[in-house]
Amino acid sequence: MEIRYWNKEVETASPERIKEIQLERLKKIVAAAFKTQFYSKRLPAVGINSPDDIKSLDDLRRIPFTMKDDLRQSYPKGLLAVDTSEVVRIHTSSGTTGIPTVIYLSANDLNAATDLMARSITCTGADKTDILQNMMSYGMFTGGLCMHYGAERVGMMVIPAASGNTKRQVQLMKDFRTTVLHVTPSYLLHIHSKLPELGIPLKDLALKKAFIGAEPHSENTRKKLESLYNIDAYNSYGLSEMNGPGIAFECQYKKDLHFWEDSYIVEIINPKTGELVKDGEQGEVVLTNLIRSAMPLMRYRTRDLAYLHTEPCECGRTHRRMSRIMGRSDDMLIINGVNVFPSQIEEVIMRVPEVGTNYQILVEKQGALDRLVVKVELYPKMFLGEAKQIEQVKARISDELKASITIKPAIELHEQGTLPVSEGKAVRVVDTREKL
Amino acid sequence: MKIKQISVFLENRKGRLYDVCSLLGKNNINIRALNVAETESFGILRIVVNKPEAAMDAFNEAGIVARLTDVIAVEVEDKPGGLADILKVLSDEDVNIEYMYGFVEKSSDKALMVFRFDDVEKAAEVLTKHNVKIVQEQGVREL
Repeated sequence: MEIRYWNKEVETASPERIKEIQLERLKKIVAAAFKTQFYSKRLPAVGINSPDDIKSLDDLRRIPFTMKDDLRQSYPKGLLAVDTSEVVRIHTSSGTTGIPTVIYLSANDLNAATDLMARSITCTGADKTDILQNMMSYGMFTGGLCMHYGAERVGMMVIPAASGNTKRQVQLMKDFRTTVLHVTPSYLLHIHSKLPELGIPLKDLALKKAFIGAEPHSENTRKKLESLYNIDAYNSYGLSEMNGPGIAFECQYKKDLHFWEDSYIVEIINPKTGELVKDGEQGEVVLTNLIRSAMPLMRYRTRDLAYLHTEPCECGRTHRRMSRIMGRSDDMLIINGVNVFPSQIEEVIMRVPEVGTNYQILVEKQGALDRLVVKVELYPKMFLGEAKQIEQVKARISDELKASITIKPAIELHEQGTLPVSEGKAVRVVDTREKL
Repeated sequence: MKIKQISVFLENRKGRLYDVCSLLGKNNINIRALNVAETESFGILRIVVNKPEAAMDAFNEAGIVARLTDVIAVEVEDKPGGLADILKVLSDEDVNIEYMYGFVEKSSDKALMVFRFDDVEKAAEVLTKHNVKIVQEQGVREL
């Protein structure tokens, strides 16, 4: 197999060389961090008073973890290290209780993120002769735009199809001879089930590869996609807080994801104790972004659970590999690639006077796609006796949830006293999808 | 002029309609008229009973979601075009009907229909003006 590199020197650098790059970049990030409201308080509190106090990579562990809630508390500018005139892009993601989180990128930051995306694409063996159909949503979500920029840098022809509209997606694949897809695995499965009714046989398409990400999936799902479409599917890892996709990617050998360690410091910790776990042990992924100065983020707890490989990869890359994501250390749900916290749903339904305090969130598979059902109880005193009132209440809850979590759930209204009474969060959420 | 209808919210669950009807039976309450509005996931049972207050007490105690609403019951000539005559009056006077259904029994050679209007007061006025006979609450209790 011909191995393709975007930046061979960095991708195959010795572990010592990678550590040198990390330390050099970490110092710059710490220097930037001192310019933010958030870290300028937090770093001195642990005895780090200037970037010069970072003398080795071990000093990173003196810095406390940064949590999602810290991002929320710092919204909108608490983690911004530069004047907004230096910023060329922001992305926001919805927060756990209605307050969003934001990331800022300077021109340099965006350039570095784009380069890493190009490296990720190239490590799968794709190149400028490929035609990429980007089926992730554009806009505030990082998955769409970041992949788009990276693919353009590689020189691919990019079809910015965005998500949804299955008929048009397949038509575009056919008309423009798409060779590579960027898509969530559940949507790609869904499309396959629609091909017969669309009247476009698989032999009319030129697909070779799919980059699958934005939602956890099993090895079985990958194998199924590969055999259904006769393609190679590559697992992609990213999160908006860290710039989006392009943090870790599978190479041509498809044996787990190379973490780009020159650009991110990865630690795997025990989520309960915060201590580092041994290599090969599952734990929570903690990331330090080394390529973003406009908004530094260090030791960020992703809540994603995975483990690291240390043995070398046949592709020759020295960057350690991470397993697929095995789960979450919090209660976040990933529904058709969209991150949803139960607390966001609770916040919306508690504002609706027509419903009581008991509710249940059901996530299930409907065909290949995820389906979210929110069950609430009708508050008896608010019942006006008409079916249309019930329909209006359902529509209103559905619309308000759409505004908050960006997906439109099915709403079920139940009689009082029929839903399980809350005794902790677990009973509120029922997820019947296959476990990884 | 108006009579009381009870609307009961029923989630789509086996035996739920039975629960409601048997509760009425146990309390010796008689159903005079009945209609079910159904959707995919829930139903609204609309009933006219001989003892609406007692029925509401029983529902509240049993935790059944119910609400009293005002409807009008009218006598319809039991002959071809009998209902059409009344509908024409309502249509000519711009009175909007939300829904309607029939009584279970008849007191005479007239059929009894329950109407729910968005403007009950105006409907009552129009019907009276055109000499349509409206059943009074006492009449329902004694049926």
